[in-house]
Amino acid sequence: MSEAVSALNNASYAGFVEVTEMGLQGMITLRGDLSSAAIKKAVKTAVGVGVPEQRKMAMADGKGAGWMSPDELLLLVPYAQVEKTVTGLQKTLAKAHFMAVNVSDARVMFRLKGAGAREVLAKVAPVDLSSDAFGEGDLRRSRIAQVAAAFWMSGEDEFTLVAFRSVADYVFGVLKIGAQPGSEVGYL
Amino acid sequence: MLTLDCPYCGVAAEETELHGGGEAHLKRFGPASSDEDFEGYLFMRENPKGVNFERWRHVNGCGKWFHAARCTMTLEVFGTYSAQTTEPPKALLAKIKKKRPQWPGYGAEK
Ligand SMILES: [Zn+2]
Repeated sequence: MSEAVSALNNASYAGFVEVTEMGLQGMITLRGDLSSAAIKKAVKTAVGVGVPEQRKMAMADGKGAGWMSPDELLLLVPYAQVEKTVTGLQKTLAKAHFMAVNVSDARVMFRLKGAGAREVLAKVAPVDLSSDAFGEGDLRRSRIAQVAAAFWMSGEDEFTLVAFRSVADYVFGVLKIGAQPGSEVGYL
Repeated sequence: MLTLDCPYCGVAAEETELHGGGEAHLKRFGPASSDEDFEGYLFMRENPKGVNFERWRHVNGCGKWFHAARCTMTLEVFGTYSAQTTEPPKALLAKIKKKRPQWPGYGAEK
């Protein structure tokens, strides 16, 4: 088997915010009736957290579930566990109407860390990123400049972002420009 | 800048997250329908001056289709609602009627 590599191999940029490509990350798209007992149980078993509320990311011990739409979640697990987790979901949900797909190698994940992290995203996403409107655990599926992306506030002054792997370099470039020293806005 | 509330995400999504899908509540006429019905389904649109019902998709977001009622003249947004319906909700129609007393009502022009 060939060795799996992430889109940008942990590339990182130190601007007024640090932008880092996070390397290999297990990601599963799970679709189904999120209010059903079967999905709730399957999510809990797979990632150890409950089904997140609308526009929330629930994380615990490096695993998590993010709200993508009324019938879609993004499950996060370590890369090495992703196939086992998908098999587990298929087993638990055998009688339900659902879809669980390993999308790890189709995505890229970035982390923005630093006091101006909100600002960097606010430059390129049509989202209210003021601290009143967007706090820790809040998630938004939107766009980064010209491409689709989802991001959530994963800690104090820290955001995590996922996008399609095919546009990894574009997203990295956009975030780097947004984080260039001297381009601080100082508003958010 | 157009901003529509996505009924699924509960966010005020601005134009660049959205994709327009044309007139709402069309009845489909497919194979085996009369030429006239098929032509009407494909080409004939209301195009009103004033209250209009449209389909929109939250494409850079949840990806779901939903409906919006807007005024084509002032671009005022009256409201948005779920795609799982064949006609606008009564409460929204009442709200529009209140704001536009001259409006003949949903489907009146047809
Ligand atoms: Zn939406």
